[in-house]
Amino acid sequence: MNPEIAEDQANELAAEDLIEEVSIDGMCGVY
Amino acid sequence: MTIAPERPTQRPQNASLVQQFEYGLDAPICLTWELTYACNLECAHCLSSSGRRDPRELSTEQCKAVIDELQRMQVFYVNIGGGEPTIRPDFWELLEYAVNHQVGVKFSTNGVRITPEKAAFLASPACHGYVDVQVSLDGATAEVNDYVRGPGSYDTALRALANLKDAGFEDAKISVVCTRQNIGQLDEFKALADQYGATLRLTRLRPSGRGADVWDELHPLPEQQRELYDWLMKHTAEGEEVLTGDSFFHLAAFGESLPGLNLCGAGRVVCLIDPVGDVYACPFAIHDNFLAGNLLSDGGFQRVWQTSALFNELRAPQTGGACAKCEFFDSCRGGCMAAKFFTGLPLDGPDPECVQGYGEQALDQLGMAGDRAIPSASQDHSKANPTRNQPVMLTLLTDRPSGPPVSACAESPLASFDPGGSVGSRDGCCATSSTTGADGCCATSSTTGADGCCATSSTTGADGGC
Amino acid sequence: MDALLGEPWTLSPSVALRPEPFGALAYHFGNRKLTFLKRPELVAVVRGLGAAPDVRGALEAAGIPASQHAAYASALRGLAATDMIRPRKDAA
Repeated sequence: MNPEIAEDQANELAAEDLIEEVSIDGMCGVY
Repeated sequence: MTIAPERPTQRPQNASLVQQFEYGLDAPICLTWELTYACNLECAHCLSSSGRRDPRELSTEQCKAVIDELQRMQVFYVNIGGGEPTIRPDFWELLEYAVNHQVGVKFSTNGVRITPEKAAFLASPACHGYVDVQVSLDGATAEVNDYVRGPGSYDTALRALANLKDAGFEDAKISVVCTRQNIGQLDEFKALADQYGATLRLTRLRPSGRGADVWDELHPLPEQQRELYDWLMKHTAEGEEVLTGDSFFHLAAFGESLPGLNLCGAGRVVCLIDPVGDVYACPFAIHDNFLAGNLLSDGGFQRVWQTSALFNELRAPQTGGACAKCEFFDSCRGGCMAAKFFTGLPLDGPDPECVQGYGEQALDQLGMAGDRAIPSASQDHSKANPTRNQPVMLTLLTDRPSGPPVSACAESPLASFDPGGSVGSRDGCCATSSTTGADGCCATSSTTGADGCCATSSTTGADGGC
Repeated sequence: MDALLGEPWTLSPSVALRPEPFGALAYHFGNRKLTFLKRPELVAVVRGLGAAPDVRGALEAAGIPASQHAAYASALRGLAATDMIRPRKDAA
């Protein structure tokens, strides 16, 4: 891949791509 | 247990979190563990048809071995339920064992054993803050609650909450199963939670266990689902602390989804361990069709979780069947497997409470064709003979399976006596005791039963319990 | 540039980090927050925080290109907000 394109894509990396918070009560099947 | 054939990992790259979870995990994130089928209550809608202890119940040592395994697998927390888990004599020992082995515990209770002393213990450093207490309540008033949970159960629950608050235990949960009778009380439930310094948790009624028998009368009406959805949207926004256990993901078809993963976790991120070590996909699916294996006979819990054919089936991409063409399928994911199964609907079609009405339609069609068959429970640990705790709702049901119902007004202490049941009988209480304790247990029984009450006591308890 | 990059940080003691095929799950036993770390590289960074002189050091040790440091710092801020990671109070 063209290194410039790779770098552009890398520059678009956002925090949401790296972490996501989930509630521990947010899973169906636990009463 | 059937072991799934080896298959290559087919995870997509760059899939969303929810998509990743649908493929399953190497260990559950959390799970429900029903410690006992014994219970002092006889709630009309009990998802596990509890009441009588199963003689094959796991021993204390077997339970500790399960906790060791959960620790190794890094299961973050376990919801310990039942029946009424605190009725097991080793409950407090197992609780401490879990806490000391990095397994967080939330336990679900009707409150019967949450005395001031126990509340103080729960609030103490011994529990490291790893313990969450969830008190069941299905009405904001005794009238509504006790109709399904039995006389005195409202008072028991509130007493437990008061004891917890007074002991300085923070953030207990009040867990409500939403019904036709209580959806008009949502604000009152919130007020109760605030009053006791607790967090409110509203959950979906499923037609599971005894729930199948009372589903027609109890499940919310379509307009009530809308009312519930609107209330939840308001009260689960950022900062507002009403929980749902992700049990209303089928309501996402109304519009925005509620907080949570919004997918069926069964066999993927959660499962059930039952009192005899059977592993089911979900606590609302206690049926042979959803039995993945047994941790005693199939080489332990990890082996069942990772290799059972049932779980691997659930972790394969689901096609959605008849629902896939619906524009709302992406939000509701076809709804709840257990709700479909126990109302006789096919799993690849709409949820019985589909907000678009497709479930009602499907039920009507099945009914008209004479094709509706409701699967009977594979397990029924309900009490053989009703006790004074029997909720009015059960007393009123026309087709009581075992003998005439006992009136809640019966004056004779022997009203529920069944000569066919013997001392030390298999039901949840020693039915031939001529006095009963305030908590529904046998206060003066001097014999031991194989049941969940007075199970190991050969002397009478001074507190009305065993 | 985020000041975080020059500070020493570490994983909080009440956090369990559980590897998954697609990254890791981080669970905080104290506040019951559950966070999904979506890239194995981030997991490596988080694991390496305690041993690195500062956050930038941890990013470099994990091979994160400089162009992504801002995004990673932002993600680490997110983890800090729920006490998954916390500042280290040692001498530099």
